[in-house]
This record gives sequence, C-alpha cells and structure tokens, in this order.
Amino acid sequence: MKITVEHLNFYYGAKKALTDISIEMKANEVTAFIGPSGCGKSTFLRTLNRMNDIIPGARVEGSVKIDGADLYASGTDAVLLRRKVGMVFQKSNPFPKSIFENVAYGLRINGMAKGRELAEQVEASLKAAALWEEVKDRLHDPAMALSGGQQQRLCIARALAVRPEVLLMDEPASALDPIATQRIEELIYVLKKDYTIVIVTHNMQQAARVSDATAFFWMGKLIEFGPTPSMFTGPREKLTEDYITGRFG
Amino acid sequence: MTTEQNVRHFQDELEQLKARLLAMGGLAEDRVRTAMRGLTEGDQAALDRVITGDDAINQLHVEIDDRCVKLLALHQPMAIDLRAIVSAVKINNDLERVGDLAVNIAEAAARYMTHVPVKPLIDIPRMAVIAQEMLRDALDAYVRRDLSMAGNVLNRDDEVDALKTLVFKELLGYMQRDKTTVAASLDLILISRHLERIGDHATNVAEDVIFMVSARDVRHQVEESKF
Repeated sequence: MKITVEHLNFYYGAKKALTDISIEMKANEVTAFIGPSGCGKSTFLRTLNRMNDIIPGARVEGSVKIDGADLYASGTDAVLLRRKVGMVFQKSNPFPKSIFENVAYGLRINGMAKGRELAEQVEASLKAAALWEEVKDRLHDPAMALSGGQQQRLCIARALAVRPEVLLMDEPASALDPIATQRIEELIYVLKKDYTIVIVTHNMQQAARVSDATAFFWMGKLIEFGPTPSMFTGPREKLTEDYITGRFG
Repeated sequence: MTTEQNVRHFQDELEQLKARLLAMGGLAEDRVRTAMRGLTEGDQAALDRVITGDDAINQLHVEIDDRCVKLLALHQPMAIDLRAIVSAVKINNDLERVGDLAVNIAEAAARYMTHVPVKPLIDIPRMAVIAQEMLRDALDAYVRRDLSMAGNVLNRDDEVDALKTLVFKELLGYMQRDKTTVAASLDLILISRHLERIGDHATNVAEDVIFMVSARDVRHQVEESKF
C-alpha cells in the first residue's frame, strides 16, 4: 500500500468535515474520489499532503501514512512532504512567468538542478505531461498565453518536475473542453505507471474511465470503496447506487 | 434541464423500455400457446398464423435493441440502470428466439398432422405448460424485480429437461418397434426439443433478472446458488 489512512477525523474549527475515514490506496493505481458537493472529498484529498494546515482552526485526528511514514507525526516536514506529494488544482494556476520558468521553478528553489541539467529536466517533465511537442519552440513565451488545457498540462509538468511519488488532482479537467479533457485522462493513464494518483472528480464517467479504485463520500463519511468496475456496475451500498445513478447529489 | 428532470426523463424512458419488452414477452408467449393449440387440437389455421406471423415480434426485437443502444449512448447509465438495460438487450434476444421456436413447433406440428398419430399427446403438452409457466414467471419476476420468483424459474428447468428425456426414450421405443412411426415420432421429438429450448430461454431471462436486481451473475453455477 502506498497510502494508508486510519480513523481520520477532520475539523474546520468546531465543524467536523470528515468522520472516521479509513482507506488504503495502492501504488501505481488511480484512485478516484466521488460524491456530492460538500461531501468532504476535496478536504480529504488535501489531508494527503497537509494542504489543510494553512487553514486557521483546521484540526486532524487519526493517521495518514505514505510508505508507512505518518504525515501528521511531529517532525514531518510539510514542505518535503509536498515535494513527494504533488498537486494539481481545478483551475490551472501557472505562475506569471514563461513556460520554461514555470516548470523550472520547483527545481530551482529546491536546488535540484541548474544549467543544462535543468533544461533537460524541464524537457522531460513537459514530455511526461504530453505538452513538449506543443511548446518546444516557444518555451520562453508567457505561460498565460497557453490554452486552458495546455495550462493544466503545464501545471502537471510543474508538479512532476520535482519528482513526486504521489499526484493529487482536484477536478483537473472540470474547466476543460472534451478534447482537452481526453488528453488529461490519457495522461493520467500513462502517468500511473510511475506515480500513485488520487483524483477528485464530479464527473462519474471520468471516474469510471480513469480510475482503478473508486471511493464514494457522503456527508464527510466514506460510504463505499472498491474496484472501479464493480462500483459502477454493482455497488454494494444503496446510497452509492442512488448517487451514481443520479437519484440524488 | 435540471438533474431531477433529467433523471425523470431517463426513468420514463426506462419504463417505456420495460413496457415494450413486456409486449415482446406477451407476443412470444402467445405464439407458443397458439402453436401448441394447433398441435393438440389439430388446428391448421392456428399453425399457419404462427408460421407466417413472425413480423410483429421481429419488429419489436429491432425496436427494443434500438431503444437500448440510444439509452446507453445518451444517458451513459450506471449501476442498476446499466444492468437494467444490458439485461433488456439479452432478454430481448431470448424472447425473439422463443418466437422463432414457436414457428419451429408450428412447422413440426403441421408435418406431424400429415402422419398417423403415434400416441396420445400427454408429456409434450405437460412440457409446454411448464415451459410457458417458466416464461411467464420469468417476465413477472422482471416486472416485479423479484429474486425468489426468478430463482424458482431456474429450478424448474430440470422438470422440462426430464420430460424431454422421457419423451425421447418413449418415442425411440415406438420407432424401434414400428418403422412407420419414425417420421411422426421425429416431429414429436423435435417439438419436445423446441419446448426444452424455450425453457432454457426462460431460464436465461430469469438469470438476467437476478443480475439486474442483485448484480450477481448466476449463469453456469446454478447448482451452487440454488434458491
């Protein structure tokens, strides 16, 4: 198991947002989180790289382990952790810099590469994100000039540059057109050979297409977790069935 | 359109699909009943109606498939909805085959009527009753989403199979003793074979109902999962 979560509770101040979540995610698999808005799936995703730490009043109970090491143990360096666990957000958020500098940024501030090596790693990351062919002749153009789909792949390249082991994706294709969405989905399929991927999506067909395992959340609880094919053909829980057949949510 | 309206629209479509499938089932049942009446009452006109009247069931077969393909493409259903449509496709095929078997029975019956009767018909009508009950129960189980009713259909298949073996052995005896009975006996053996196949299709329908309702695939493992 790459990620093991046991009895996780999460609070925003007095409000309990996640209740007793226990789940195990395998290495080199794609795990999808589905559920209606406000069910806690994004909150849970952000507990996997401690992105919730910056929210005042946020509090965590239970344990989240990656390769057996507890993220919330005292002494865990959140910055190092986030290098290991990269994240891509719903809205692409490139820095107001060139395409090259966006990808090079993490490598530079972490002192991971410079000069020719830096250029090679930027190229490798852009290739891994399936963007290289489209931008290789204009690496020093502003990232903001790229299309929405390209910007999102640039953000994936930026996340991959620092060589994470886990990639968290929060609705990575929800703002993209069908073709750009398909590119991201194909990319996810290719990337799982090298990364453990966790994706939050509102699009059930997308969860069905890209993931190996699916977790259904409802009102801060993990209702059902299992192999994606069986979750979408014969879920065990009535709540899951009602949600994925569009009867609520 | 809101999500709720979309769901309602989809549920309406599913209800229509169910109604069309039941109409198909009704036609298939009616054709088997008419073919058997033709045989038992020597009613050539009834047999002719079955032999030439396959169009309605064939048209429904195509229409139901078309509905299923459109529902899959346009709504991309999941879970119980997906299983309901996949089951409908399979049940549709089984019912169409039942319609074809009714034609085969009518053709064999028409031939049989040109011969001297071999014996009074007892076991074949009994087979027909059971096969038709199985078909009706399987369709009722489909409508009511009733697992135990579907399970009972599976268990009755053995009765039809046993009767078919009985009919075959008995007629084999007649044929061995008196060669003039061979042609007529063969037609009766064929009819019993067609009835046994109708029982098999009813079994398939019942298995599809179980899959639709519970997501369990009980095909080829009936012995372990008997109800």
